[in-house]
Amino acid sequence: MRLLLRRLSFYVIAAWVALTISFFLPRVMPGNPVQEAISRATQSGVCNLECVNAIRLELGFGVHTSIWVQYLQFWGNLFHGDLGSSWTQGNQPVATLIAQYLPWTIGLLGAATVISFVLGTLIGIVMGWLRGSWLDWLMPVATLFQAIPYFLLALVLTMFFGETAHMLHLLPSSGGYDVYTVAPGMNWPYLWSIVTHAVLPAATVVLASMAGFILGMRNQMITTMDEDFVLVARAKGLPRRRVVWYAARNAMLPSVSNFSIAISLVVAGQLLVELVFNYPGIGYHLFKAVEDLDYVLVQGIFLVIVVVVLVANLLADLVYVLIDPRARQEAAG
Amino acid sequence: MTAGAATTRTETPLAAAGLQPPPSVLRSRGLRVPRSPKVIAGLAILAVFVVIAVIGPVIAPYSPNETGIYCRTACSGARAAAAWLQTIVVHPAEQVCNAAGTVCFNSPAVLAFLPKPPSGAHWLGTTVFAQDVWSQLLVSTRATLLVGFIAGAIATALSVLVGVTAGYLGGNADEGLSLLSNVFLAIPGLPLLIVLASYVPSAGANVIVIALIVAVTGWAYGARVLRAQTLSLRNRDFVEAARVSGEGRMRIIVVEVLPNLLPIVASTFLFTTLYAVGAYVALAFLGLAGAPNASPAGLWNWGEMLQQAYPQNAVASGWWWWWLPPGFCIALLGMGLALLNFGIDEFVNPRLRAAGLSRRSARRAGISLRPRLGITPVMHRRATGGRHSATAAVATDAVGSEGAAP
Repeated sequence: MRLLLRRLSFYVIAAWVALTISFFLPRVMPGNPVQEAISRATQSGVCNLECVNAIRLELGFGVHTSIWVQYLQFWGNLFHGDLGSSWTQGNQPVATLIAQYLPWTIGLLGAATVISFVLGTLIGIVMGWLRGSWLDWLMPVATLFQAIPYFLLALVLTMFFGETAHMLHLLPSSGGYDVYTVAPGMNWPYLWSIVTHAVLPAATVVLASMAGFILGMRNQMITTMDEDFVLVARAKGLPRRRVVWYAARNAMLPSVSNFSIAISLVVAGQLLVELVFNYPGIGYHLFKAVEDLDYVLVQGIFLVIVVVVLVANLLADLVYVLIDPRARQEAAG
Repeated sequence: MTAGAATTRTETPLAAAGLQPPPSVLRSRGLRVPRSPKVIAGLAILAVFVVIAVIGPVIAPYSPNETGIYCRTACSGARAAAAWLQTIVVHPAEQVCNAAGTVCFNSPAVLAFLPKPPSGAHWLGTTVFAQDVWSQLLVSTRATLLVGFIAGAIATALSVLVGVTAGYLGGNADEGLSLLSNVFLAIPGLPLLIVLASYVPSAGANVIVIALIVAVTGWAYGARVLRAQTLSLRNRDFVEAARVSGEGRMRIIVVEVLPNLLPIVASTFLFTTLYAVGAYVALAFLGLAGAPNASPAGLWNWGEMLQQAYPQNAVASGWWWWWLPPGFCIALLGMGLALLNFGIDEFVNPRLRAAGLSRRSARRAGISLRPRLGITPVMHRRATGGRHSATAAVATDAVGSEGAAP
């Protein structure tokens, strides 16, 4: 329990730092980017005086209260779930908008990460066990995939498989579902449309992120196989499958504890993948908001990304405590 | 480190890598590192790109911004028209009628620019703006590499500063600095980078500014790795000896500890550079690193090329010569940096060395690559040996003595 509390308080601190940065950025950045954003909102014609004042208040521009009072108000608003409203999205509250975007991102991210982690770990185990075999040709391939940015892989996959491109016409490469032919709701055509539209983005994220898991797991497996307990297990005449399982279980621990770094990278990659595939998640809308200088929405989305990543980290910590007896002992004590 | 417990690779002390700090640490290491095929391949890739970065803008046949390049010299009249016509698709004007044929109107010709595929005149074809892709690629290499290396250097300096200080000082300083780097590790880097860059719209015009922004989000992992390594070095005998003999704290860190961290510092530099190149290209792809025709003008880089190609439908239209070359360069540069990094990994952790060995050289070295429990082939080369004289020392002790903690 103590361990978990410590981790939890760490994530609270991390969230506090991130949000404080996002609070101070518009207030201290040189060159008045906020002024430009406000003048764009004013000139757009869809943002009336009340709306412009709301933006000013949110970004602390031309407001006469002290910055610390603003900071307290910022936290007060956060705890009330008030993230401001977005003038580019018809003045809807940012919280409502994010609630619409988030399921797409979480669904894609969750599915892709689980597939990638499980597959990557399995392949890494086999490659570590059979080092020096024909499987080693996977090494340069994995290195290449690790070096390719996610969005580039997304472009390549679009070229090969995308419906709009000229090669195979296999899978839809734009949007979250087919907006022209199916109606959202609990019906099969809609669900099927979601699945087919998710294939290419998910495949991109899986392919790009799996290489890291494979390489990490393989190296860890090679190191673990030299440990005494593996030799003992072998000497006792246990079947090979059991021996591999013993080694793999231990080799997996660093993979899980390094999951936090991996998840940051995967999230970052997926944001760009969403842009390439016009996938209606938070990444896509983050870039639209950045393009439109809608800083209120940008801040809201940044907050949500931070929270999602930190919660994923906390979950990984929980899993680690469950699978590592040492951590379990520490957590109990 | 308890026996039987999986320890992360990064925490493996240097002694575990069979590295006893010899008197002249730097020289002996310098001789041993750059021999594996991975390192050589990585260095070769990097060298090619560095050369292009230096001479690229000079040898580029056209200016990357120059449009309408088809007709550069002495173009007039019919020849100019002919050159220009090749670049446009013409849906000719036609008469469109309704089904009954009672109402007709003239639909005007539809003109669209068409990028040209690679040819002798334009090695990598042209863009939809009639610009030379090959020239753009050559010119773009410089900024991409510069930002990558500068950001990598800044981030590595930060990592060393934070990581080594935390690891060596311990106590409250360690707590604080570790917390700082762990917090920055937990905060997702790219979103922070995007938010930062969105508030500095002119950052793309200045290599240093954009590199600083990238470096701020990329130092934390290196700091963590270096801290762990410093911790394991701190209580070694030779550091203890230096301390007892009354050397100052600064001197111990710089003269005793840092040289033993060099492989890790080098590896940190490589992966932060890799991260920085990726981050810069991603920012440019998002249009956050300044367009070359904006004011102040952004720098040409590979991400910028992709940023121009993607919204023009280059992928869907099959204009591969426009976006694949910059993409290929990004992947190749990344692969070069990753290969170098693997080389260093294998240098630090010899158990991985045999794993990367080719079948032929393994046979020549007289070791089996079949997984044999308890036996780790630890590869080393004779100091005087040539390229193919790999020999193997087989650590036949079941305990894996080179893995024993000090």
